[in-house]
Amino acid sequence: MKDSSILFPGAPADDGTDPAPPQTIEQPAAQTRRKAGRVRDWIARHPALAAFPFVLSAALLLWEALVRWQDYPVFILPRPRNVLHKALAMAVDGSLLRHAQATVIEIGAGLLIGLTLAFLLGYWLGRSRTLDRILSPYLVASQTIPVVAIAPLLVIWFGSGLLSKVLVTTIMVFFPTLVSTVVGIRNVDPDLRELMRSLRASRRQLFLKLELPGALPVIFSGLKLSVILAVVGAIVGEFVGADQGLGFLINLGRGVLDTPMIFVAVLMIVLLAQAMYWSVTLLESYLLRWKQLGLKDGD
Amino acid sequence: MTEPLLRARNVSHTYSRRNRVTPALAGVSLSVQAHEFVCVVGDSGSGKSTLLRILGGLLTPTSGQVQFEGNTVRAPQPQIGFVFQNTNLMPWRTALENVLLPLELRKPLADQDRERARAALALMGLGKFADAYPSQLSGGMAQRVTLTRALLQSPALLLMDEPFGALDALTRERLNQELLRICHDRKQTVLMITHSIQEAVFLADRVLVLSGQPGSLQGIIPVHLPRPRTLEMLTRPQAGALISQIRACLATGAKQAARQ
Repeated sequence: MKDSSILFPGAPADDGTDPAPPQTIEQPAAQTRRKAGRVRDWIARHPALAAFPFVLSAALLLWEALVRWQDYPVFILPRPRNVLHKALAMAVDGSLLRHAQATVIEIGAGLLIGLTLAFLLGYWLGRSRTLDRILSPYLVASQTIPVVAIAPLLVIWFGSGLLSKVLVTTIMVFFPTLVSTVVGIRNVDPDLRELMRSLRASRRQLFLKLELPGALPVIFSGLKLSVILAVVGAIVGEFVGADQGLGFLINLGRGVLDTPMIFVAVLMIVLLAQAMYWSVTLLESYLLRWKQLGLKDGD
Repeated sequence: MTEPLLRARNVSHTYSRRNRVTPALAGVSLSVQAHEFVCVVGDSGSGKSTLLRILGGLLTPTSGQVQFEGNTVRAPQPQIGFVFQNTNLMPWRTALENVLLPLELRKPLADQDRERARAALALMGLGKFADAYPSQLSGGMAQRVTLTRALLQSPALLLMDEPFGALDALTRERLNQELLRICHDRKQTVLMITHSIQEAVFLADRVLVLSGQPGSLQGIIPVHLPRPRTLEMLTRPQAGALISQIRACLATGAKQAARQ
């Protein structure tokens, strides 16, 4: 058959007689809109972001009011101002950065190892039901052991250095991503598997072109949980035995009754966890942009 | 008569799951000539889909064998294209990317392939929707995409399993007309499974009637309506006679099944 055989000359230039036109985002005519209108649009699209400054101010005001009303000493409940001063002081002498960095490294290494293991084992278990049936009971049972309880053991075995924290983080991170990978791989549309088989796809093509993109939406739900737990893991590890890190700062603050320092450390932890969570969410909305209808064509 | 493109000899299949044995097909023999349009009609449970999957090499029959271009089929063949009832498009790929998938699996894509796919989509009336995701397409459009995907590989044989079964009657009629036109222009060989007798008479050169449980061939009915076919032809007495003949064939099979 000639190359032009793709041209189906008889086919009518169908003028979209099929109903249901694709959904498209309304393109606001930017020039004609006034600035106030654009601000309103932005607020309508991001209500949480728009409300955040108000929520934050209200929380700070309440906090300040509470301290003034009850007249707490600084070591019980510092004022927002005390915390800010402490944070600035620690930022200037470099200790804040040093401790935050230590924690970030633990989280990063723990995530790297934990997620890699979870993906590999998860893919394997997702592919083989027998293996899943053999291993699952142990994996579930292992989750009933609180990580806080075995963290001291890890410190005894692996010392109070980096390794023990990385291990605690790895253990924390592992399970949610494992489960979501298993479920994701297993839920790949069997019709699409059959399609790939009829097209004689190789093992590698099956993974890259079907299983990975097909499982990704489910994997992300586990991944989001894992990154939050990674922070918890690193902090728990530092509580048990460490000489640096944000968890260590909290321990230190408790020892010397430097409550503002505890506040600074907690705030840093919250910021860190938030940053990681939103990074994953952004990555998700980028990789799964096909899920959002009304997306502009050609993306 | 020339050597048929596809030939099945005495194909039987039995599903066995958890010590329950379900016979699906019993001794089906058939052949498809090149450039022929063959429809298989059968009621549900007569093993239609099983037959199609065996013919395409997706399923190995319990006994009997299938030959394609003289070679025994044991695995999916590059020269056999499929269109299934469910549209099975990848939701994370645009219409264009879905159409390109078969080519992509064979070799790295060239710009020329993309242009070819775009042109093919345009000729199916989907020019504006090449970059739309499947969730943005209607059922009829999605099925056109799967048809384009199958045809772009220029398969020697197209196997279709109730391709328009999930669509409304009007869309289905229109797509059937388009399908006929495309197959005529490309001299495409097609084996299509359907449960609509009218559809079979409208499309096919020959109608194979599959009936009973396990399914077996009850008759082969040639359709001598002139081409190009029009929907109006279905109202002719000749078509009416064919339809009753097929219906009678289906009934005999069902009676036999009931007696067993």
